[in-house]
Amino acid sequence: MEDKIINVIDFTAAYGDNIIIDNINFDVYNGEKFVILGGSGCGKSTLLKHMIGLYRPAKGSILIEGEDITKAEGMERIEILKNIGVSYQSGALFGSMTVLENVMLPIEQYTDLSKESIDLIARMKLNLVGLTGSEEKMPSELSGGMIKRAALARAMALDPDMLFLDEPSAGLDPITSAELDQLIIQLSKSLGVTFVIVTHELNSIYNIADRVIMLDKDTKGIIASGEPEYLRDNSEIPIVQKFFKRQTDEQLGG
Amino acid sequence: MNKADKISSLPSLEALTEDNNTLRLKIKGTLDAYTTGKIWNDSLLALKNTKPKELIVDGAAIDYCDASGIALLVNLQLRQEKSGGSYKVEGLSDETNKLYKLFDPADFKEPGKPDPLYSDNKIEAAGKLSYQVWEEIKIYIVFTGRVTVGLINAILNPHKIRWREVFVTSEKFGANALFIIALVNFLVGLVIAFQSAVPMKAYGAQVFVADLLVIAYFKELGPLMTAFVVNGRSGSAFAAELGTMKVNEELDALDTMGLDPVPFLVIPKVIASLIMLPILTVFGNLFGLIGGLVVMFSLGFTFTTYINQLTTAATFGMLLSGLFKTLFFAVIIAGVGCLAGMRASKGPSAVGDAATKAVVIGIVLMIVVDGVFGVIYYILGI
Repeated sequence: MEDKIINVIDFTAAYGDNIIIDNINFDVYNGEKFVILGGSGCGKSTLLKHMIGLYRPAKGSILIEGEDITKAEGMERIEILKNIGVSYQSGALFGSMTVLENVMLPIEQYTDLSKESIDLIARMKLNLVGLTGSEEKMPSELSGGMIKRAALARAMALDPDMLFLDEPSAGLDPITSAELDQLIIQLSKSLGVTFVIVTHELNSIYNIADRVIMLDKDTKGIIASGEPEYLRDNSEIPIVQKFFKRQTDEQLGG
Repeated sequence: MNKADKISSLPSLEALTEDNNTLRLKIKGTLDAYTTGKIWNDSLLALKNTKPKELIVDGAAIDYCDASGIALLVNLQLRQEKSGGSYKVEGLSDETNKLYKLFDPADFKEPGKPDPLYSDNKIEAAGKLSYQVWEEIKIYIVFTGRVTVGLINAILNPHKIRWREVFVTSEKFGANALFIIALVNFLVGLVIAFQSAVPMKAYGAQVFVADLLVIAYFKELGPLMTAFVVNGRSGSAFAAELGTMKVNEELDALDTMGLDPVPFLVIPKVIASLIMLPILTVFGNLFGLIGGLVVMFSLGFTFTTYINQLTTAATFGMLLSGLFKTLFFAVIIAGVGCLAGMRASKGPSAVGDAATKAVVIGIVLMIVVDGVFGVIYYILGI
């Protein structure tokens, strides 16, 4: 569990001349549940999108299992992408396909398995996330929680080593959100998948995270790093305290 | 008192000049969203005319004040302080005072003007615009290349194409458009025939309306009219579909699955267009000629005469030359539609903008291509 599976090195993200994240470094260990958090506008979704190879950074590199995803092209890039699964903030299920077809798609693209096998594997994935019975539904017929689960099933279709989740609890009620947390914990235990999760939901963070990093809009960097409970109890930085205790300046008495 | 208790009384303003260049504004009555307007301009005018060193707002006689009234007080303060004077508020009731304390006038100073969007310098603006247009053109050239490669791959590996998608799109693009294609072309044929019959009457040449119609229709009008209608119908639909996928992060999802959206989404639509548009054009031509027939009947010609004229004037080459153009129109409609969708920005108007762009650019490109073909055919003598 101790080896590092993702390395972010001297990473800077910018839109044109506007720097969002300035020169950060961190690693993610194999098998851990790693959370990237911060206030609105601090660049956490941007960081995640760079880590999954959607954008090229202004500077620096991101190594996924030793391969630099920021510089890979063509087949090299596809090889790296095969080992990661992504669940987007909006679910991003393909609206013109059923739930089952959505999960089957990555398997069809990358394997030579027969249609029957792919069908079965996809059904098993949907079973893992508790969506048995919803295979033939269209994404527009699903509730918010079901969309997130289906997206997670699709992200897991090829049994990737790493799962990247962008705001998995966004728009969900507290109960559904807690259920999704439990699902993530269960998957981590049984499959040993490494999770990289972007969220700002405190409850989920305390439930799930083994380690967190906190990004800050003003410094454009990492302002805190470690276990969430430790940071809550020991951090001396006001903004970190405010975040983990979910309090304003007045409530903290400062 | 709260709003339920108050008896709304129109406010009144009394402006008193005191010694040491002091202006005291005594406000009496109710200051709420509906009544503050009554004294707003007068109070600002009093301030402007007097230009006092000190402004005192006396609010002892204000019986009710909400945020609109506070806005007046804040406005007076900002103006007074901007001209270098001092400002004081007296006599506010406890409730009004609590509300007043919520707002710090420093937060409402006039913001700096943003940089203008376009430079005043005309040459600089022209340069920037040319650069933007060039960047657009580059994107289209690259996309044309990707679509061409995609089509070649489709021919070489037909089993890799998503045929279900091709058939679904063909139905929407082609079969479902039959009625509108028939209607539009029927009317265009009718109008063209009618308008040309009028001047031809002078030469007793009305029978040649049929010749004019079939030549113009097969070579130009049929392909263009059909393509324009389909562009408005399906080109915008493609843009909206892909634009929605972009906004929904579905295109990102394809990207991180290592799937290129061009062969996955665009090529099936291009193939469907290539199959359907020539067929639709043939139908369009037919209905255009039926429109002409109606006019010929009204002029007293028989069906036999009409058919004779048509078959004498028209050649198979004319029909084919028109249909060949539709292949290019088909690629433009599907390609431009999909590209506009893939480049949709974020926000509620993004998809609509993409659809509009698709239709407009599609029309322009098709007319340009038609013009180029006109020259080529002329040189080749077709």
